[in-house]
Amino acid sequence: METFIQQLLNGLVLGSMYALVALGYTMVYGVLNLINFAHGDVLMIGAMLGLTILQLLEAYIPGLPGYVQLALAILGAIPLTMLVSILIERVAYRRLRNAPRLAPLITAIGISILLQTFAMMIWGRSPIPFPQLLSPEPIMIGGAMITQTQVLLLVLAAVAMGALVLLVERTRMGRAMRAVAENPRVAGLMGVDANRVIVATFAIGAALAAVAGVMWGANYASITFTMGVLPGLKAFCAAVLGGIGNIYGAMLGGLLLGIIEALGAGYIGDLTGGFLGSHYQDIFAFVVLILVLTLRPSGIMGERVADRA
Amino acid sequence: MALLTFDTRHKPRQAYISMAALLLLMLVFPFVASQFGNSWVRIIDIALLYIMLALGLNIVVGFAGLLDLGYIAFFAVGAYLVGLFSSPQFAALLESLIYYSPAIGEALVAFFGPEIAQDGIHLSLWAIVPLAALCAALCGALLGAPTLKLRGDYLAIVTLGFGEIIRIFMNNLNDPINFTNGPQGINMIDPIRVFGVSLAGEPGSGANVMIGDYAMPSVNAYYFLFLAMVIATIFITGRLQHSRLGRAWVAIREDEIAAKAMGINTRNVKLLAFAMGASFGGVAGAMFGAFQGFVSPESFSLTESIAVLAMVVLGGIGHIPGVVLGGVLLAALPEVLRHVVDPLQQAVFGKVIIEAEVLRQLLYGLALVLIMLVRPAGLWPSPNKEERPNAALARDEEEASTA
Repeated sequence: METFIQQLLNGLVLGSMYALVALGYTMVYGVLNLINFAHGDVLMIGAMLGLTILQLLEAYIPGLPGYVQLALAILGAIPLTMLVSILIERVAYRRLRNAPRLAPLITAIGISILLQTFAMMIWGRSPIPFPQLLSPEPIMIGGAMITQTQVLLLVLAAVAMGALVLLVERTRMGRAMRAVAENPRVAGLMGVDANRVIVATFAIGAALAAVAGVMWGANYASITFTMGVLPGLKAFCAAVLGGIGNIYGAMLGGLLLGIIEALGAGYIGDLTGGFLGSHYQDIFAFVVLILVLTLRPSGIMGERVADRA
Repeated sequence: MALLTFDTRHKPRQAYISMAALLLLMLVFPFVASQFGNSWVRIIDIALLYIMLALGLNIVVGFAGLLDLGYIAFFAVGAYLVGLFSSPQFAALLESLIYYSPAIGEALVAFFGPEIAQDGIHLSLWAIVPLAALCAALCGALLGAPTLKLRGDYLAIVTLGFGEIIRIFMNNLNDPINFTNGPQGINMIDPIRVFGVSLAGEPGSGANVMIGDYAMPSVNAYYFLFLAMVIATIFITGRLQHSRLGRAWVAIREDEIAAKAMGINTRNVKLLAFAMGASFGGVAGAMFGAFQGFVSPESFSLTESIAVLAMVVLGGIGHIPGVVLGGVLLAALPEVLRHVVDPLQQAVFGKVIIEAEVLRQLLYGLALVLIMLVRPAGLWPSPNKEERPNAALARDEEEASTA
């Protein structure tokens, strides 16, 4: 039972990070029908920028309390990461709006390679330790441990997702986003500036990825220039699992995927009599994905779209 | 590209002249290149294998319009088959099996005989190639079956997942039963033999292949083998494209429902696309394993799948000469850069400013972005408009009709 609660908590932590990144994928897909393959690397850029801010703080204003440093790192990383993401959209995707479908996929991959290479040139090849900012003293819940960083991560993720829901459901910009996702041409006729909406979508996705990136660093205490690849993939899986294009689907998919992965890693050894070990953890995401998509081809919460009406 | 044309239907004379010229160039190439060092020919050897892969993937992505992001898995299947059946690895497998379950292990040893338990299985590559094609095709169909209902991008992520699953298994199937030797990979794979002549050169010959009295560097021998394989692949995929099946693939790519309405069995035709595309990957993989003499999971990462897809899209999706061009550019150019940029920087600036590896990555990424921005349909798309995939147009129409 204790393992169960522990793995559930681990899963929630992992899942909320996946969900934050998955939202970026799903929103861009919603408005542009584009898989933004560089989004995982946007997470990495967020983490790296956060680290740089921490280093600057340490150098110029030493002695700030840990949570203030972390807050400043996140608040600083968000706008910078947004800027990077907006730049990506401008350079790599805007000109290809009406190009063959696979063209922007290839530029996305090119951008992903470029981001990683730049990060490697700026921050170096080897993993960089991320400072321990919050007290490492764990909190016990029913025999399971959770660190303060992880609690903060859960809170932040919940706040960010709540804010996103409010933004999409209650504001003018949110309504414009939904309109463009529904039908860009008609939205344009109704006076929605599609370009502004698309830029905003990329910016919001990047902000969420920046939060996830800095917290990823704080949680795992080490970051590298390739750190974005696997979370990016998993988050993309999560977005598809939930039904790509649907923000609630991305949240649900992210959390589900995190929990399934953590529980799977905890129990696979017992289930298979020791034949398969926990190093098969990464398989779970994909196996679950394939199973779910076989039963529900458009994801858990995705609409059933007729294949060309 | 006006000089080179491969349109045998409309401009046969020009097409055959271009083909003959290219062939002549390809035949002379290794003799010229090996004057500058065997590593240049080696680069092209690998590039030829990648061209085979790209041509196989072109069947799935280009002809049938099914976005496959896990194609390298089939390459891995072929390479690991060679690893298992043409190296001492099978002995290690039996040994671990005896340790895990003595009954089954002993029975298998009794079945195969003590020699195999000692040295492993050493099948000829030519026995493995059809096996690899078959296994890869089977995997392709296996992957295709659950994905038949999925639309474009959902399919992409499932194939991606499939590729990752295969890679993770290759990485971990060394315990408790040692199939793949895990992250270390399988070593000492037998070289390819053609009519009993080892293409790696007999021991003590200094990697020279003797054909009668004529000696040729090992890389050149492999070059001609792979060139022949690529030409065969081009021929087969070219014929497929204009066959009844090829037409059915294009019909599905352009509009699945309409294709169904015209009486095409979309399920079988899609599965055939997956299986046929995969079989080329399997054959290329078997060649790759035997050529390298070594396989490890590293060679089959998602990056490789993406690189092969980039070759197809960048070159000109669905257009065979374009795909070959994309393969040559993306497989050979990074390696050439690796050899060229350091001396070049030395010559220009007097020192190495950016490491070759970093610069290679930068230029590769930049090339993907820039080429796609300038030529969204690829470097060398099909001259016939109706042969180009036109998903963007289809989507616009869809929007218009639902609006």
